[in-house]
This record gives sequence, structure tokens and C-alpha cells, in this order.
Amino acid sequence: MIYEGKVWRYGDNIDTDVIIPARYLNSFDPKELAAHCMEDIDTTFAEKVQQGDIMVGGKNFGCGSSREHAPIAIQASGVPVVIAADFARIFYRNGINIGLPLLDIGEAVESIKAGDVVRVDTETGEITDVTTGEKFKAHPLPGFVQEIAKAGGLINYIKEKK
Amino acid sequence: MVKYLEIFFEWGVSMGMNMTEKILARHAGLDSVAAGDLITAKLDMVMANDITAPPAIKEFEKIGRPVFDNTKVCFVPDHFTPNKDMKTAALTKIIRDFVKEHNIVNYFEVGHDAGIEHVILPEKGLVGPGRLTIGADSHTCTYGALNGFSTGVGTTDLAVAIATGEAWFKVPEAIKVNLTGTKPANTNGKDVILTLIGMIGVDGALYKSLEFAGPGLESLSMTDRFTIANMAIEAGGKNGIFPFDAKTKAYCVEHFHSEYEPVEPDEDASYCQVVEINLDELKPVVAFPHLPGNTKKVEDIEGEITISQVVIGSCTNGRLEDLEIAANIMKGRKVHPDVRCIVIPGSQQVYLQAMEKGYIKSLVESGAAVSCPTCGPCMGGHMGILTEGERCVSTTNRNFLGRMGHVKSEIYLAGPHVAAASAILGRIATPEEVK
Repeated sequence: MIYEGKVWRYGDNIDTDVIIPARYLNSFDPKELAAHCMEDIDTTFAEKVQQGDIMVGGKNFGCGSSREHAPIAIQASGVPVVIAADFARIFYRNGINIGLPLLDIGEAVESIKAGDVVRVDTETGEITDVTTGEKFKAHPLPGFVQEIAKAGGLINYIKEKK
Repeated sequence: MVKYLEIFFEWGVSMGMNMTEKILARHAGLDSVAAGDLITAKLDMVMANDITAPPAIKEFEKIGRPVFDNTKVCFVPDHFTPNKDMKTAALTKIIRDFVKEHNIVNYFEVGHDAGIEHVILPEKGLVGPGRLTIGADSHTCTYGALNGFSTGVGTTDLAVAIATGEAWFKVPEAIKVNLTGTKPANTNGKDVILTLIGMIGVDGALYKSLEFAGPGLESLSMTDRFTIANMAIEAGGKNGIFPFDAKTKAYCVEHFHSEYEPVEPDEDASYCQVVEINLDELKPVVAFPHLPGNTKKVEDIEGEITISQVVIGSCTNGRLEDLEIAANIMKGRKVHPDVRCIVIPGSQQVYLQAMEKGYIKSLVESGAAVSCPTCGPCMGGHMGILTEGERCVSTTNRNFLGRMGHVKSEIYLAGPHVAAASAILGRIATPEEVK
């Protein structure tokens, strides 16, 4: 899949508590979660995010709690893909499992700025910052994890395997 | 000769395995595994709480298979319980209904003989040496204290595990944490793990295993080890694991009544990094807002950091020994008038034992508010939420922005020694300062 969208830029160690604070975990309805996504560090995100916008973070994106509500909140906000220097491992699994592609490009991510438009090819891992012309290459997904991603998530993958 | 050696290496025969690799290999039905291998492993226990179980149950139902084993699935409603509002009550009911429908054996209802998930799974002998556990909670890594492999996952992984009894893993690289010396008085496992996270950073063990080793282990109690393994995730770790020794054995005699086969690292086990910590030099440590890696020795803090709340409890520090430490410091003294001190035993059993030993009496007489077991304030659920400008010293595991309430509140992570001393003095302090 190819996505092109405007960048919402966040820093290092974005934890799942700020992606979706626990006070909203009394629901797992994606729309309710999206309404509060990122609000503790960015009160404008939930209101202004557009379908197809792309979230970009720094190191250790998604650290902390295992709550799958976090990638669900991002996905339900209309964000189809997240780019970061690297991802915390539970968040990474969760993203793949729900069909939210996560692309890690190391420190090169520093040159992607808020408001840039980026184009992402999730099959090849190629990323172009359309605003600056700079190109990046994400680390490929390992082995059968690619198949999970292609199936659109782990539940579909398991059902197809059955 | 060279050729033979090459074959030798190619087959991987000469490479020993570390503890994590041994457990993963055993559960994948393989003779050996190495870092980077993708494997599918059989699970000994699958756990979720009241936040993660309801969406996992919804996903499980999409798969259309039965529960793989009703004795190996465990649900612990502990986060928003006793339920704080109608929405959370409805979530817990989803679990209760599922438990009845599928005859799930290990369900821990509020009250009864229950408590916080990572306190009661070891206590009830549901996790043990050599065992492989996943839990839809990031602090599932706690059970590594018992020489098992355990790690946190999300709800989809958990749903699939309930249906298949299996999960995929990438075998992690391992960091060896070599402990020497002896843990000094007035320090505990929290000071060890905060010191480690301060050294390697909150992503210092990203995707990796933390394997603890060395003669310093002897001075660490099981409570210390649970605290340390619990916070492996705060360094980004996949798991944290301790060797099996006399203390593990004694714990198993009391709690783990199934057969078990411990693992020990081979002498030539591979590690990507070795970190040395001399426990003789260990000092009380506090993690400043808003990351567990923002550590500082209490003695190096400049000026006074006044506080309005102290929390003593959680899956990190809610065990009997933690309450004993706090009670011994607070006994006969009063909680500072500007401080609310909230004490939360990690389980009903901990609560009862703390009563029998007089710890609860000392704490209540001191002015602490003692709650029933719950995760409560740790993730800003209930039972002690902070407002703007408030500071809390907490024995919990995360001090992320807004974690315990207002985005302009602050959490300072500490062990029970510092938490109790701070409750008395109304500022961050060590027990030595309490007169």
C-alpha cells in the first residue's frame, strides 16, 4: 500500500499513556479512544487530524503499557501508518497484529518535520519526504510477520491459516 | 581442521544458550535457538486483566475456536476494581460471563483470595521456573524472578493465545547484568532496577532480555527479584530473568506445587552486552519525572522536594516485605500533615499477613490510608489521582507525564524505604533522615 499524508511530529519515548491515557480505558470503542488520542501532549491532534495524516515519532515510540488501545486510537484517528526511529516491542507487535504498519528508519527520522508531506510504500519500506525530497528506507518486517501484515493483522492471518 | 571447525560453528553446536533461549527452545520443541530466530512456542499460562481481557475476548470470538485449555487461561480484574464506575463494571462483567461460559479455572474475583495480577500469579503457583507465560499487561515480565520466561503482549496476541495456546517470538539478544557485592541496609530491589535503568536508559534493553547473574544475587530476596524483573520493561526489555537458586527453591516449596525444570545459562552462553553493578555501592535512588531512567541518588538531590502524596503498593512493590519496610519506618511516627499516604497491599494474602504481623496497624496509626488490593492510582485509574502541581513519591513503576492524573502533576519513583521516609517528612528523604 502507498500512503501520502501530512506529518504529525512527536519526540522520543512517546509512551502509550500519552497516546491514550488510562482514564479513557473504560472503553475499547475505537472512536471514543481516538477522541482522546495524544491529548496529554497535544490538545490539537484529535480535533485537527485528517484521514490519511501520518504520525512520526523518535526513539522508543510506544513504550510503556501493553494497551492495544494505543495503536487502535492512532488507527481510528485516520492515521494509516506510523514512522519512528524505532518502536517499543509490545507496541510494535500490537501495530502489526491490528494491521497498522509501523516503519522504523533509525535516526534519519530526525529530518522529517511537522507538517511535511511524506509518501510511504509499506510493501517496500520506501519513504519519501515529498516536502524536502529526501528518501528513507525502513527495516523490512521479518519472515512470516510480513504475512501477518499482508493479511491485515493476526486475527485474519489465523483465520486464513485455519 | 579449519573446515571441521567451520561446520562445527555452522551447526551452532558450540554456542551455548542463555536462560531465555533455553526456555524458548524447550517450548518451541527445538534443541536450540539463537538470537534473531523466529519461533512459535507453546504457552504454559495466558493472562489478562480487566482492561485488556474484554477486547481480547471480543477478538477471540472472531477466531471461532474453543479455549485451548481452561486451566491455562487466567483473568485478574485488578486495574479499575473494585469497579470505579459503570463503564468499568460493564467491562469486568464481560470477563465474568466469559469465565462462566468457558469454565475458566483461574479467575480471581475482587476480594476472595485475589489481588494484583503480578503479585498473585506467583503467589498461587501459576507461574514458575522454566515456564513460559504471556500476559496482556506489560509488567508480565515480573515472573522472570522465578526463573521463567514471561513477557507482555497486546490483546490480539492474547486472543490468539487463548485459542491456540501458542505465540510467535523473535528470540531476543540478551544483556547480562552481573551483580557483585551485597545489598546494603535501607536499599531494596527498586534501587537496583532504577540504578540499572539509569545506566542503560529506558530503551537500553529494547527488544532484549535482561539476564541477572553474579554473587550479588545472594543478597536479593524474592521480593527484590520480583521488583527488578517487573521493571525490565521500563528499560525496553522483552523479559528479565533470574537464575534458580536456594531462594527460588524455597519460594517454590511454599507456592509452586507442580513439577518444574529450572534453566541455567551455559558457560559459553552468548550475551550482546554485560553490565556490572556493585551492590556494595548501591544507594537509595529516585526516578524524577517523567521517565523511569531519570534517576538520581537521593543524597545528590539539591534542595527540598516537597510532596503531597505517597503511594506504597503495586505489582512492583506491594508485597509483604515492602509493607514490612514501610511499617518499620513509619511505626510510632506520623505521616506529614501535608501528605496523603496511600498503602495498597498487593493481594488479600499480603493484606492478611501484614495484619497478622502488625504492619497494617502501624501504618494506619501512622496516618496511612490502607486500600484493598488494586492497581488503582499507578496508571491514574482511581484511589489517589493527582491534580495540577501535586507531587507524589510512588513505589509504582512508571512516572510518565500524566500517568497518575493531571499532566502538570509529578511522580517520583522510589522503593518502600524512601517512600515511607518521605511520607513522614513531607519531602523526598531516606530512612536515615527520619528521627
